[in-house]
Amino acid sequence: MIKRNHMMTSKSVRKALLGLATVSVLALPLLAHPAQASGGAATPHTQNWSFAGVFGRFDKAQLKRGLQVYREVCSACHGLKRVAFRTLAEPGGPEMSIEAVKALAKEYEVQDGPDDEGEMYTRTALLSDYFPSPYPNDNAARASNNGALPPDLSIITKARGYLRGFPNWFFDLFTGYQETGVDYLYALLTGYEEEAPEGFVLNDGMNFNHYFSGNQIAMPAPLSDEGVEYADGTKATVKQMAKDVSAFLMWTAEPTLEQRKRIGFQVILFILLFAGMMYFTTKRLWRGVKH
Amino acid sequence: MSGHATFEPQNKYVKWFEDRLPILGLVHSSLVAFQTPRNLNYWWTFGGILFMFLMIQIITGVILAMHYIPHETLAFDSTEHILRNVNYGWLIRYMHANGASMFFFAVYIHMFRGFYYGSFKGPREGLWILGVIIYNLMMAAGFLGYVLPWGQMSFWAATVITNLFSAFPIIGEPIVHWLWGGYSVGQPTLNRFYSFHYLVPMILFVFVILHVWALHVVGNNNPTGISVKSKQDTLPFHPFYTIKDAYAIVAFLLIFVWFVFFNPNQLGHPDNYIPANPMVTPPHIVPEWYFLPFYAILRAVPDKLGGVLLMFGALAMLAVMPWLDRSKARSLTYRPIMAVFFWLFVIDALFLGWLGSQPAEGIYVIMSRLATAYYFLHFLIIMPLVSTFEKPRPRPESIMQSVLDKAGDASPAKEA
Ligand code: HEC
Ligand code: HEM
Repeated sequence: MIKRNHMMTSKSVRKALLGLATVSVLALPLLAHPAQASGGAATPHTQNWSFAGVFGRFDKAQLKRGLQVYREVCSACHGLKRVAFRTLAEPGGPEMSIEAVKALAKEYEVQDGPDDEGEMYTRTALLSDYFPSPYPNDNAARASNNGALPPDLSIITKARGYLRGFPNWFFDLFTGYQETGVDYLYALLTGYEEEAPEGFVLNDGMNFNHYFSGNQIAMPAPLSDEGVEYADGTKATVKQMAKDVSAFLMWTAEPTLEQRKRIGFQVILFILLFAGMMYFTTKRLWRGVKH
Repeated sequence: MSGHATFEPQNKYVKWFEDRLPILGLVHSSLVAFQTPRNLNYWWTFGGILFMFLMIQIITGVILAMHYIPHETLAFDSTEHILRNVNYGWLIRYMHANGASMFFFAVYIHMFRGFYYGSFKGPREGLWILGVIIYNLMMAAGFLGYVLPWGQMSFWAATVITNLFSAFPIIGEPIVHWLWGGYSVGQPTLNRFYSFHYLVPMILFVFVILHVWALHVVGNNNPTGISVKSKQDTLPFHPFYTIKDAYAIVAFLLIFVWFVFFNPNQLGHPDNYIPANPMVTPPHIVPEWYFLPFYAILRAVPDKLGGVLLMFGALAMLAVMPWLDRSKARSLTYRPIMAVFFWLFVIDALFLGWLGSQPAEGIYVIMSRLATAYYFLHFLIIMPLVSTFEKPRPRPESIMQSVLDKAGDASPAKEA
């Protein structure tokens, strides 16, 4: 007796796809990120981001507000050294006017040189320059921050993340959820507590934060209500500012996100169409051929 | 490659060329006239899918190499530069990174296909071993490549893996320093890894040619595992399998582009966006997902040398499989008991993968030991024993006969 394990093409296609799906499902735990040091830290909540998902796009007004928060608050301690001023005017970002960006760059001094005499000199920044960092080097940064190093924020939203846990990581593969880093950043900025809970030993100069590993962070709560006055009149609550600066830092980390998703959608459509045509070609070719 | 006699060019220039260098006949015999079993299912399309990914990796890799700088203070910045400033650099980089994952995903399916249908058994031992060599070269290329962006995971993966060699007594330490080109992972290490990362895929390419060559000597296996007996059993490769493979390739591309455009960093680790820092060890050092089962085996035993030997042993099992399985039947379709053990093995491999992603402590270590033990049990005990004692179910007379039986009619097949 022969087991009837092979079916007609369409059925075996389905079988193959099913098998593939099964294998991927089974293999998924492998893809989940292993536990990151959480040392008592709470898991950040999933936020609604305009740039999430297949059709996600940055909210230009939000990026501008986020830039303002960065400039007025975070830039005192954190650099943004991978971000060139010119990109503020490029498509897919805050899309400021060239004049506005030139004016903004003028507020910064950068070092240049050597000149003809061999001397280094400072000049006002140009569009092609990058955001200057607040400290000349890491040691200087540590010296001013109680020994802790405020990291450069250019790609911070891609350099952080958290475990999404089952079943979220599974769905993430199909929804394209990539926002764990920016979720974490928002949680961090809004996760401060004036007083550490009873019995928690806070080291000198440290601050209690629900989301930072070990629950104590050297960065003092950077945001407070009305800490900035938004040019567009939005009310500057801590949550609003945290959200805006997080979105802005997502853009600095992934400045090509909009282009990527736009092209990606076209590519997927094209391949779907192509695959459909190939499917019918294959079916047609094999019709009447015993296999 | 006997088929090339069938290639008779009509065009006199082609004929002139063919008489001097019969390379077109070679292509013709391999990709056009090649007699292929008529009953191959979609699991057989992964060879073509793998070839496409090899080409994708080589092409995107060459472009990345135009912008990448193998220097410890510049490497990280240069990859960021590619993502931000190079036109479509993000596309090339994300294709290369996710292409590696897809390549491994496909190779695992390709290999398990071989397990299930007995493609590793005689007369395909040579073909299989070439495949195992290719798989090892892929792992070498994947590891070397992962080091190049010089993020935290790059640096620490390089440190952990090169340190494995220090497990060997006496010669271990000098070997490690020799690999590093110094007393720690640093500039010389990065520079030579870059050189090797460019070299290994070229060697791999040569082995793929040998692999395909070997395939064309012994011919394809098929879902029944029974050998081709007459021309009735086969179809010419072109157009039947060129078209079917092309369809499968395009369909598989959907998964690939989904990751490239909508999920490009999910298969990576966020720590690799932190520049390498020899002073800060990440809390959990984990390799890329496709190494995880072997990583679990490596960490299963408390002894470093033992772990290293087990890991290499686990890879060696693949190469000796043709001699561990003694069954007359190739395909597990006719070996229900072995089929159960096949699925148990798949589950064990996935379980090992999950364990590899967990910290090597407490209950995870115990589970890793059990899963590792089962891994070896499968090859060394279950395979030889079951294949010796299980009496395969009756197999059809021929491939054609199985096709007819399955279609449930006895009328002779229409000739293609
Ligand atoms: C007074 C200086 C100061 C200001 C202002 C400041 N930070 Fe920090 N920040 C620090 C220091 C110091 C650390 C290092 C903390 C540590 O390692 O304990 C840090 C760490 C961080 C981290 C890394 C946390 C981690 O997971 O490692 C992020 C993200 C961050 N800051 C974001 C911001 C943002 C956004 C702003 C503006 C809203 C801001 N910071 C304003 C000093 C500052
Ligand atoms: C770069 C990676 C590889 C490429 C490009 C590649 C390519 C191919 C191609 C084109 C075929 C013919 C089509 C098919 O049967 O699917 C094939 C067959 C085969 N490959 Fe690979 N392969 C690779 C890796 C491997 C590995 C790692 C193994 C096993 C360890 C392997 C084992 C085999 C076997 C046994 C066959 C014959 C299968 C049969 O007909 O049943 N291959 N390969």
